[in-house]
Amino acid sequence: MAMIDARPGRVRPAPENFLTDEQIAAVKDGRRDFLRKAFLTASAAMAAPAVARAAVEGDPAILELPQWSTTLGLPVAANPYGMPSKYERGLQRRESPGLTRVGGSSVAFTPLQGLFGIITPSGLHFERHHQGWHDVDPSKHRLMINGLVKTNAVFTMDDLMRLPSVSRIHFIECGANTGMEWGNVAVPTVQYSHGMLSCSEFTGVPLKDILDMCGADYKKGRFVLAEGADGSSMTRTIPMEMIESGEVLVAYGMNGEMLRPENGYPLRLVVPGVQGVSWVKWLRRIEVGDKPWATKDEAVHYMDLMPDGQHRQYTSIQECKSVITTPSGGQLLLDKGFYNISGMAWSGRGKVTRVDVSTDGGINWRQARLETPVLSKAVTRFNIDWVWDGKPAILQSRAVDETGYVQPTYGQLRAARGTKSIYHNNAIQSWKVVESGEVSNVQVL
Amino acid sequence: MSRFSKTLIALLVAGAATSAAAWERYPGVGREATPAEVKAWDIDVRPDFAGLPKGRGNVDDGMALWETHCASCHGVFGESNEVFTPLVGGTTQKDIETGRVAALVTGSFPQRTTLMKVPTVSTLFDYIQRAMPWTAPKSLKPDEVYAILAYLLNLAEVVPADFELSDENIHEVQARMPNRNGMTTDHGMWPGASQAKGGIGNGGTPDVKNVACMKDCKKEVVIASALPDYAQDAHGNLAEQNRPVGQTRGKPTGAPGEAAGQNGGAAAAAQPAAGAAATLALANAKGCMACHGVANKVVGPGYNEIAKKYQGQADAAAGLIAKVKAGGQGVWGAVPMPPQGHVSDEELGQLVKWILEGAKAQ
Repeated sequence: MAMIDARPGRVRPAPENFLTDEQIAAVKDGRRDFLRKAFLTASAAMAAPAVARAAVEGDPAILELPQWSTTLGLPVAANPYGMPSKYERGLQRRESPGLTRVGGSSVAFTPLQGLFGIITPSGLHFERHHQGWHDVDPSKHRLMINGLVKTNAVFTMDDLMRLPSVSRIHFIECGANTGMEWGNVAVPTVQYSHGMLSCSEFTGVPLKDILDMCGADYKKGRFVLAEGADGSSMTRTIPMEMIESGEVLVAYGMNGEMLRPENGYPLRLVVPGVQGVSWVKWLRRIEVGDKPWATKDEAVHYMDLMPDGQHRQYTSIQECKSVITTPSGGQLLLDKGFYNISGMAWSGRGKVTRVDVSTDGGINWRQARLETPVLSKAVTRFNIDWVWDGKPAILQSRAVDETGYVQPTYGQLRAARGTKSIYHNNAIQSWKVVESGEVSNVQVL
Repeated sequence: MSRFSKTLIALLVAGAATSAAAWERYPGVGREATPAEVKAWDIDVRPDFAGLPKGRGNVDDGMALWETHCASCHGVFGESNEVFTPLVGGTTQKDIETGRVAALVTGSFPQRTTLMKVPTVSTLFDYIQRAMPWTAPKSLKPDEVYAILAYLLNLAEVVPADFELSDENIHEVQARMPNRNGMTTDHGMWPGASQAKGGIGNGGTPDVKNVACMKDCKKEVVIASALPDYAQDAHGNLAEQNRPVGQTRGKPTGAPGEAAGQNGGAAAAAQPAAGAAATLALANAKGCMACHGVANKVVGPGYNEIAKKYQGQADAAAGLIAKVKAGGQGVWGAVPMPPQGHVSDEELGQLVKWILEGAKAQ
């Protein structure tokens, strides 16, 4: 731990551009309100020595008691459903401009650059809709089971919420996450490069229990169709082996409350380790069958184009992947010295067993700390100490899962699949740090 | 649900005597589905045409339906790249013979159209039936789906102009699908049994094999790609997309406040509803902006053009509301505007008023 510095904030070199023009002007004018509002007296001290002298007695954030220490605060339940601090408003779901042209069939990305731990706040869970979203009346929602079952059945939400439930933490990642980056760098920040990833605690009923009730023909019925109640009535084929394992849930809960409408309220399928498109939202029907369905999202989209012109069909598993979320693209390091490199790792094949981090573009690696909990098919948070010497660096993370699979490089992935695929890009991500402290998105082969 | 209907359902469940044992595990939960209920929802069509409804429709009828229901998004010839990626284009007679689309290898066509990719004609029938038209899904009758599909296949020259598609001849069309042999399941990313065991794929063997080297893993670092200059500002002001405290800050990019404007949905949701901005957000939310720009024609006329045309007409609003609701054609050209049943009367009033007042952003 560093000694307490008697000076008004620590003096540290200010990397270029980390103050806005307005802030620099404010400091030069000696406006003290900026100091009170500002995040770092230290940076101001360097940028404007005159202000540093004025504050020589100490930090105004300490010496001048703020309004919240000297006035009455707000009463309970002022926000009956609590919202984040107004200072957190920068962290929102966002579209990537130009990616799609219709909001009803688009993507809003999770701001991974600002998240901690492994759980995605429900309001920041990424969105992907195929024909818009609705706030479905739960009293009118039904789940039908049909096909190779003894009894075609209907369940209300009342029925489903009476059944024995389980709660499990799993990641959900869109098959097209990082898809814009297959050929080259295209987006500036981890929100847009990796933000079709979220991780939540889901509560629901194992689909196997429901299929058992209906007398599913497990011998012939080796495939299951899941169908949504929205306009597109999204459909995907799921292997019966996954359902038999008990992993696949018919879920109504997410992070302690009901699913959010954008995430399938009141009912969605949870298919751990499999790309998000199979986690059918507003789930209305499960059909047991003896063959896959080649639905629109299995025969037009969500197929991986190979260099020989063939498409890989029914690719579903999200293979082991990781990304450093801070420091990451579009961010600025404020100074030389200590940083906590932090990121997320996940695998559709089970637990993450290790994450290595490189700060020299992949020449040398160090093993990162995995923070608990480390769960199967869930995001695992990793951290590692780093002292930045102010010189150029390239930060990378590389995850390994319990099958021994090591997250591949761009070079390896492209050698196997070319550059035309849209889906399942799990390459090692590189963030370049330059002397000014600017971090940007680059690709290292 | 009324007490009466509960009694009915109890009778239905009691009737399912054959599987009584399974139900008894959770007494009182769930009920048997009626045949009519299963019929209403079980609309999927598989590649072996299981689930295909009987019916027929020809290319000519399909063209008329297309112009009413489909052309506004997909273009008259399925070629439009305005709203969605094109449906038609990039396939040849040779592809129809071989069942492999050559342009997927050569890259000779700028987009990957639906007809270049889709191997199974059942997929097209199933999807049109369940999800189209965009603003009124599941409104087409089976014969209409056959006709629309016949027209689409004719655009791709898979079937001739005098063709009538039906449940009886659709398997013959399957044999002419340009990319019918374009799929492979030789991969390790199916999460179930392998093909050898009745499932799909190789049983889970990955296609890449990295090793966890720790020291001196390579001689040099080759940066293959970096963010292009023109893309630096494309996502708005990154300083406003990061937390104002912590070990890093967001880099100021773009014009101040631009990020909020570019991400209209998120920004609008975060702000209290306010006249023009809220209406612009509504226009976005209801899909209007997919076909109309504020100051430019997209598929339909720009809002500025509409405001100019109806300037000074006191009864313009009522007429426009009716037209948006029911759909229309002819005033602005041949491409029709489909009915917008998903927009409420109140919302229509708000939108039309806003358009006639100049469709201002603020």
